[in-house]
Amino acid sequence: MRSTSTWSWGVFSIFSLESGSGFWNPLLWLCVALIAFLLFYGLRGFGRSTYKKGTMQTKAFLSGNPEAAPEDMHVKASNLYWGFTTSMKSLYTVVRAMHTGNLSDYILWFVLVLAVLFLIIGVM
Amino acid sequence: MTVGESLLMHSPALVIAVPLLGAFLMPLFGRLHASVRNSFALFMLGLTGGLIGVLASDVFSHGPRVYVFGAQDLSIPVVRILFEVDSMSMFMALITVMLAIVAVIYSWSFLRSEDGLDKYYTLLLLVVTSALGMELTGDIFNFFVFLEISCIASCALIAFWVEEGEALEAAFKYIVVSSVGALFVLFVIGVFYAQYNALNIATLASVLQLTFLDKIALVVLIVVLGMKAGLAPMHMWMPDAYGRTPPSVTLVIMSATLASFYGVLRIVFTLYGNSLTTAIRFSLPLHVLVGWILIALAVVSILIGVIMALVQTDLLRLIGYTAVAEIGYMFLAVGTSIAALGAPYATVALHGGILHLLNDAFDIGLLFLVAGAILYVTKKRSLDEIGGLARTMKFTTVFFIVGLLAVAGMPPLNGFASKFLIYESVYQLNPILSIVAILCSILMLAIFVKVFYAVFLGPELPSLADVKEAPRGMVLAMGIFALLAVIIGLFPNIFIDTLVRPAAAALLDHAQYINMVVGGV
Repeated sequence: MRSTSTWSWGVFSIFSLESGSGFWNPLLWLCVALIAFLLFYGLRGFGRSTYKKGTMQTKAFLSGNPEAAPEDMHVKASNLYWGFTTSMKSLYTVVRAMHTGNLSDYILWFVLVLAVLFLIIGVM
Repeated sequence: MTVGESLLMHSPALVIAVPLLGAFLMPLFGRLHASVRNSFALFMLGLTGGLIGVLASDVFSHGPRVYVFGAQDLSIPVVRILFEVDSMSMFMALITVMLAIVAVIYSWSFLRSEDGLDKYYTLLLLVVTSALGMELTGDIFNFFVFLEISCIASCALIAFWVEEGEALEAAFKYIVVSSVGALFVLFVIGVFYAQYNALNIATLASVLQLTFLDKIALVVLIVVLGMKAGLAPMHMWMPDAYGRTPPSVTLVIMSATLASFYGVLRIVFTLYGNSLTTAIRFSLPLHVLVGWILIALAVVSILIGVIMALVQTDLLRLIGYTAVAEIGYMFLAVGTSIAALGAPYATVALHGGILHLLNDAFDIGLLFLVAGAILYVTKKRSLDEIGGLARTMKFTTVFFIVGLLAVAGMPPLNGFASKFLIYESVYQLNPILSIVAILCSILMLAIFVKVFYAVFLGPELPSLADVKEAPRGMVLAMGIFALLAVIIGLFPNIFIDTLVRPAAAALLDHAQYINMVVGGV
């Protein structure tokens, strides 16, 4: 890691990771995160606490409908990002078709990559 | 000579001999008591770790070591095997033993009620021995032997839950894929021996002419070791195997997988180090072609890894796909360092790739252990059947958050430090590659946010009302990895200066590696 920056703030610079074109300092990042946390915590203190546990406030309001059972309310993992996977259907069709689970296909991919690289490096 | 000096002198051999001895003694200790057997496994790995520590300290301060099995006088033409241990070998050995120690600690609780644990620990120690052998040897035939041991022992471990048909199927796929690969490596060994009458890596590197056969050998070695490391599109065995084995087994198989990645580094940087700048076609030097080939395969791995992980509902399998993507990041960094050989950012890329190797071992390892803890307490694999576990599994939840942030490359955890170096250096080679890598990291974060929501958040499910926190041994094992992820994340420069930089220097300075052996003849 070439040291090109002029950055040196005593103890902070000890923890600085330089890439030659930039730097990363976790300690500095933590300090900024702490200041941000204190700022937001302070702002939160200006709010009014009207929350009462065990009252109607804590009950979910579902437009007057009865609350469903926990299993029914929990969004299943396979339903998450449904929009993303549906919009990428054509891509998933191709990528899933690659993953046949058939051992012969695994070897076929190996041979295919081998053949392409032979052409590029060996024969070209 | 004092005992300490003698121990240091023979430490390269002892690093292999101790776990191997442990493997063969394991059935004997297993007959005494389960706790004696478990303690013995940990003791032997601890001893191996201690020896690696002593050897590493010597290698990092005094340079590479050569250890000769057989005739010490290198000018005598007899059969001998050389171990050549440099900083890169030691870096890998440290990761291997660390993974194995955590795997054993985790196994104590995770596999408590399972049968056949004598055989399990024997095989586990054999995989560790083979991975260490691959990392320490300076002989290509010896590398093949350890690769074969790794294949056979890993196959048996993958089939540990033999009563599940899928585990047996995954093991069968693994052994076929590995054996085909190993046979190709044997073919390459024949090619080298026929041409140069030598099998020592340093000797071969010094006489390599980059003939047509040498180019073929290079292609075969990259493809076979890339397949063993889980590089797409030859990665399919990996989610199959990782998805069906106990997570403690996954950790040791990961060490063998990473040893294959190390094999690619050793082949390209050391064995073909002298030939990398040779122009082979259209005035393009070999390093540019090899570098861009690795980059192309790496990008495919990253894309396929995250795309497939997003639609998985089996948590272990999902992490298996993210492991493919993580391997892609390592190859992206290494490919960049090879393609841009000589440029200042090439070294940064290599540092990033090597640091990412360490981070991948701990972060992906941590996620597998968390997935195992969830499987252990819920007996369920599908994400659709789990939810609300944060209420009862508080430690596991925190460890998962650490793992997900680390793997996704979020600051201030270790994954960010290595990805920062990779993004910065890859950007200088080609900005588009860096952008793809960053976008895929964001996608990876989205994948694990999904898992976090599905597994830990949401209402408490009646079917999981009796679930408790994972046993202490498993929490301890997860805690070790989580702590390491935080420490490396907070002090990355310390790890880079002490471990990564010497390892990268050892790879780049192939002349020193060659002279250690050839210079002595």
